[in-house]
Amino acid sequence: MRQRSTFLFSVLCFGFAFFYIPIISMIIYSFNKSRLATVWGGFSVDWYFKLFQNAQIIKAATLSLEIAVISATFATILGTMAGMALARFSRFRGRTLFSGLVSAPLIMPEVITGVSLLLLFVFMERYFGWPAKRGFTTVTIAHTTFALSYVAVIIQSRLLSMDQSLEEAAMDLGSKPWQVLFDVTLPIIAPAMISGWLLAFTISLDDVVITNFTTGPGATTLPILIWGKVKLGVTPDINALATLIVLVVSIGVGLAGYLMYRAEKKRDRDIQMALAANK
Amino acid sequence: MAGVAPQRSGPAPQELELPGGKSGFRNWLDRQAWRDIIIAVPYIWLILFFVAPFIIIIAMSLAKSVIAQPPFKFDETWPYVTFENFERLFSDYVYLRGYLTSLRNALIATALCLLLGYPMALGIARAKGVWRNILLLLVILPFWTSFLLRVYAWIGMMGSNSWFNRGLTSLINVFLPAASEINSVPMMNSNFAVILVVVYSYLPFMILPLFANLEKLDYTLNEAAMDLGSRPMQVFRDVTLPLSIPGIVAGCLLVFIPATGELVIPSLVGNAGDPMIGRVINDEFSLNRHWPMASTIAVALLMLLVVPIMLYNRMQEKASEGVK
Amino acid sequence: MGIENTGKAWENPTTAPFIRIESVTKKFSDFIAVNNVSLDIYKGELFALLGGSGCGKTTLLRMLSGFESPTEGRVWIDGQDMTSVPPYERPVNMMFQSYALFPHMTVEQNVGYGLKHEKLTAAQRKDRVKQMLDLVQLSQFAGRKPHQLSGGQRQRVALARALSKQPKVLLLDEPLGALDKKLREHTQFEIMNIQEKTGITFVVVTHDQEEAMTLSTRIAVMDKGVIRQTGTPTEIYEFPKTKFVADFIGSINQFAGTVKSVTRDKATIACADWGGEIDVSRDASVDVGHNVSVAIRPEKISINKKAPAKGLNAVEGKVIDLGYFGKDSLYRVKLPSSALVRVNRVNDQRGRETERVAQWEDKVWLSFEPSAAILLKD
Repeated sequence: MRQRSTFLFSVLCFGFAFFYIPIISMIIYSFNKSRLATVWGGFSVDWYFKLFQNAQIIKAATLSLEIAVISATFATILGTMAGMALARFSRFRGRTLFSGLVSAPLIMPEVITGVSLLLLFVFMERYFGWPAKRGFTTVTIAHTTFALSYVAVIIQSRLLSMDQSLEEAAMDLGSKPWQVLFDVTLPIIAPAMISGWLLAFTISLDDVVITNFTTGPGATTLPILIWGKVKLGVTPDINALATLIVLVVSIGVGLAGYLMYRAEKKRDRDIQMALAANK
Repeated sequence: MAGVAPQRSGPAPQELELPGGKSGFRNWLDRQAWRDIIIAVPYIWLILFFVAPFIIIIAMSLAKSVIAQPPFKFDETWPYVTFENFERLFSDYVYLRGYLTSLRNALIATALCLLLGYPMALGIARAKGVWRNILLLLVILPFWTSFLLRVYAWIGMMGSNSWFNRGLTSLINVFLPAASEINSVPMMNSNFAVILVVVYSYLPFMILPLFANLEKLDYTLNEAAMDLGSRPMQVFRDVTLPLSIPGIVAGCLLVFIPATGELVIPSLVGNAGDPMIGRVINDEFSLNRHWPMASTIAVALLMLLVVPIMLYNRMQEKASEGVK
Repeated sequence: MGIENTGKAWENPTTAPFIRIESVTKKFSDFIAVNNVSLDIYKGELFALLGGSGCGKTTLLRMLSGFESPTEGRVWIDGQDMTSVPPYERPVNMMFQSYALFPHMTVEQNVGYGLKHEKLTAAQRKDRVKQMLDLVQLSQFAGRKPHQLSGGQRQRVALARALSKQPKVLLLDEPLGALDKKLREHTQFEIMNIQEKTGITFVVVTHDQEEAMTLSTRIAVMDKGVIRQTGTPTEIYEFPKTKFVADFIGSINQFAGTVKSVTRDKATIACADWGGEIDVSRDASVDVGHNVSVAIRPEKISINKKAPAKGLNAVEGKVIDLGYFGKDSLYRVKLPSSALVRVNRVNDQRGRETERVAQWEDKVWLSFEPSAAILLKD
């Protein structure tokens, strides 16, 4: 027993070293004075200042955020509906196809999705005249489409673990189905919808391949910009940008984790007190 | 007494089947409309933006390439379509090699992910209380940071001047005779680099389903096996491993399928002379502007992956039924 | 309890039933959950649907609440055809097995939720909520969320919520299922009190026969989608009509035999397992030569070292098992035919192990009155 624990412990150490050493190395080199990204030339925070003066990067980041907010919102609405349809309606025409359509984008190689969406947009432009050109709209539609699957999976599993008699109780007390939806179902799955939104937001913010195919001139998102720069080699300003992103994400995830932990603790305490009071 | 889990006797009713009676618009609105809307809206969206593109890409794979805007054309006489792209796919070794390179890289990367991910997932699942959550968070954290930047981090590590490469070089030189000492390890722009970065990027996709599976395993089963005289390794072989097969399959599919079609990693760190198929599609599309050929390669890739994708979808279906 | 107050409405042919279930069948694809069930329930009753899991009792309840629609047949409540009325328009409320308290609402909001749809002023609504919370003695918990309550308190919130709309019928799905043993008895009486106070017709679904027996005015025993017998708890226990009901309720010894002779008030049955003939008081017609079962409850058999008086059905056997439960003991006695008979004896005398009526391996006499046995045809 003891021996295997040691083995698992060493693998964990190795695994986490593997995860974090490249990231830490990248962070350290973001403070490198030298222009040559891989040779240490002394400490400096110049690259961070340069980053904030780079209008191109600021513009791309703004565009990425805009697309991410809009597509995450649409994906949450559509994904919640899809998750609900899958979790609550066991029989409707084309359910098997629908369930396949919802889960396929999760695993489909992005190149295929990207190429096919691009062809669709080319056709739409040609035959319907909308969207007139590729850019903001097409990228937002593309992101919504594949992010909605992630939301749907989260919502579906939340609904399946939710006691269905809650909805029945509301209906029993006189609420019509759509009132039940707004009074009971949505408030209860709200946390799952928030996680879904955050996931959709991150996925959109991070996407390279599908954006690469569906975007057009003038609509360069941050990942597309980085992708273009990285193709040319390693530069210290990207190190700085990466460091900032890692920092924001770590703080965000850490804070969310802490808040969830605290809420759970409080809940546990409440339950304990309720049980003790009734003894 | 806290256990107030709903236990229905008899067959669980699959879905509310409200009695239908009165007709009229209000009644339809109350009873049927909310259901119809919830199903129809995402359904139509997915048909429009997921099914339609597929039909178009399949049609495109049967078109001829021309130098024009847009760069394709269908035959004007019956049967209007051509199979010349598919003929080329099988006759031109470039494409066949692309598929083989992709499959090989994805298989090796999946195997490495499993070898490293399984003990990690097991270690996290066996960790106590707060530690388990912290370790899990540490796995998820890189997953939330930009994928592109994680690839980028390795580019910095693998370059011939980097501290990592130089360290590795001196380490290797210790074992080499002085005459054949090397200046640096040629890591960048190789399939080795591709596999390394794929493992790095996709490892969380292996660990998370495995963890979800291993965490649910009842540890008293292990204790029962030990009680009956099995040694720890035998317990692992006889109990833990067989019970974690669904997690292994899910993790492997989640790594293998996207890795096969990977584009970013081979473009940034791969060998341009032996590209993976994702890169071939992209080059065919963007550089050669040969849309029909790119579509053909994509359709064939999908055919190649259709079995694992169906397998994964089936597993998802089963898992969600299991929750019910 | 309730029986005396409500009168035996079901025995009065002029009383119209309050709930009428008319040849109702419910199929789930090819599984028949409820098979051609007809049942009348009267105003003010506390009626129990009793049966094992999968017997169709929950499906029947869900057809009363409107969550399932019958494949065939009709459901009437208070003279109105409810068959195609959706749950949100039925004058029926339900207390769910899981309680189904809305986790994001306080106790007060939970209880007041159903009143949202009624035409009440804010003051009236507040008043009604207060009245309901007083009824279940939870007024001081009005501001709490469900997870801050104990199991028993949650159960009472669920009850108050279901009563808040003053329904014509209250449906209770395994109302005591999630409570621990000590709380059960208390809650049982509370439910009966509330039923008496409000006069609402209660329909309870339960798999627990003790719960059904103590709570209800009448019980319907269900099995495989069919009602096997309907009657008061006493009728069900003392006068079961079929082997299934006799076996399902409590514990019973059954001996197969053939009718040898019939007199005006008695039948004599030849029983190989008993090792002779058994005289049984006759309350149904049987003919000579019929195959029947003689059923006798363990507590109706007396166990003695000495041979009993004449006129009783008696047999000698050997004690092979003895279970001591405190208030009573269970003896398992092997007859010469090697049949096993279970006998219950109340430990009405205080004493040590050695002072028991019989010990392991003791030879004992078993006996019972002809009127104590039940004759079951099959």
